[in-house]
Amino acid sequence: MLRKSQKFASVLALLAALGLATSSIASGHGDEKHNNSRVPVPKHHTAKGEKCVEPTDVMRSNHMEFILHQRDKTVHQGIRTKQHSLKNCVACHADPDTKSVLKNADGSEGFCAECHSYTAVKIDCFGCHTDKANSNKQTMRPIDDIGRKVIANTGGAK
Amino acid sequence: MTVSRREFLSIGAAATAGAAIAPGISLIDLAQAKSPEEAVTAAQRWGLLIDTNKCNKGCTACVDACHTENGIDHEQLKGSEATKPHWIRKVEVKDPNTGFEHSLPVMCQHCQEPPCVDVCPTGASFKRDDGIVLVDRHICIGCRYCMMACPYKARSFEHEDITDQKEHAPRGKGTVESCTLCVHKVDRGDGTTACAEACEEEGHRAILFGDLNDPKSEIARTVRAKATRRIREDLNLDNSVRYIGI
Repeated sequence: MLRKSQKFASVLALLAALGLATSSIASGHGDEKHNNSRVPVPKHHTAKGEKCVEPTDVMRSNHMEFILHQRDKTVHQGIRTKQHSLKNCVACHADPDTKSVLKNADGSEGFCAECHSYTAVKIDCFGCHTDKANSNKQTMRPIDDIGRKVIANTGGAK
Repeated sequence: MTVSRREFLSIGAAATAGAAIAPGISLIDLAQAKSPEEAVTAAQRWGLLIDTNKCNKGCTACVDACHTENGIDHEQLKGSEATKPHWIRKVEVKDPNTGFEHSLPVMCQHCQEPPCVDVCPTGASFKRDDGIVLVDRHICIGCRYCMMACPYKARSFEHEDITDQKEHAPRGKGTVESCTLCVHKVDRGDGTTACAEACEEEGHRAILFGDLNDPKSEIARTVRAKATRRIREDLNLDNSVRYIGI
């Protein structure tokens, strides 16, 4: 039978081992060992804009709440503000080449897809919504040489 | 700085309003476009007036425009013809007594007493305050009760996976869909629908879109002046789509 002090020591050792294990998991984000695991850590590349519509940590934990709230207001009440609209998410976070939030030009997973794969959460949005930005409209471009010629010939916009 | 379409239009509208002939008199009454943060209200009631005398047999401009606008691509779908989505159908009718034939486009009639809304078990089928009947596909479970309840065969079930949807018209497998009265265009303040635009471009002008609640609108003035009818009036569904010549 173990003595009381021995018992205490073994419990302490167990706790220490547990603590070590948890801290190694917690610091695993960005850890060399973790990066080499089968699931790549999301890199979060954003092509456009300097900052998101909400602080990054708020968006990370609550983006689904924002778009859920917005979707009901848009569909039922016709409120089409930009701030929390899915269209606006895709407009900034789409890859500039593929124009998609699911696939990057180098074949890797896009902004939404890579984090959702990492956390193993299925995205429902893109079963119906397009994952592509500006898929069906011309984006506004700065005036080029052809534009200047047209303006010169017609005497400007009337 | 980029200027959105809406901002550009509102600058234009303000400029036009400033260029009135005299105080209190302006050339055109400006359409009161809703701002994006405003909810729709029952002050408007959007509807269509279809003049079947002007509708040409064999012309499918409205159907094609609807497909282009909403990203409906029958070529992309592998299923049978019977399961492909139809938001507008061209219906050919013939009077057996006189032999008189004509054709008319039939889409969702945007009833004010919609049977599809009555039967929906989840609340996905609903009527917006401005009279547009829609399916909220976020909560549609694809049971197709609404399709059975609709007397106009206006709704379709999406049987297949869809890719390359339009940004403004999300569509996906396992849900029911129908004419949205181009709700994205209505909310943007375009004042028309894809089918009405296409019909006008063809020179037929058989489809007229407008606000039935605005006494000054062309549609309200026309329904006041001419005899119009609704399909299956006996059902008392108070449709927002009216027809001339049926």
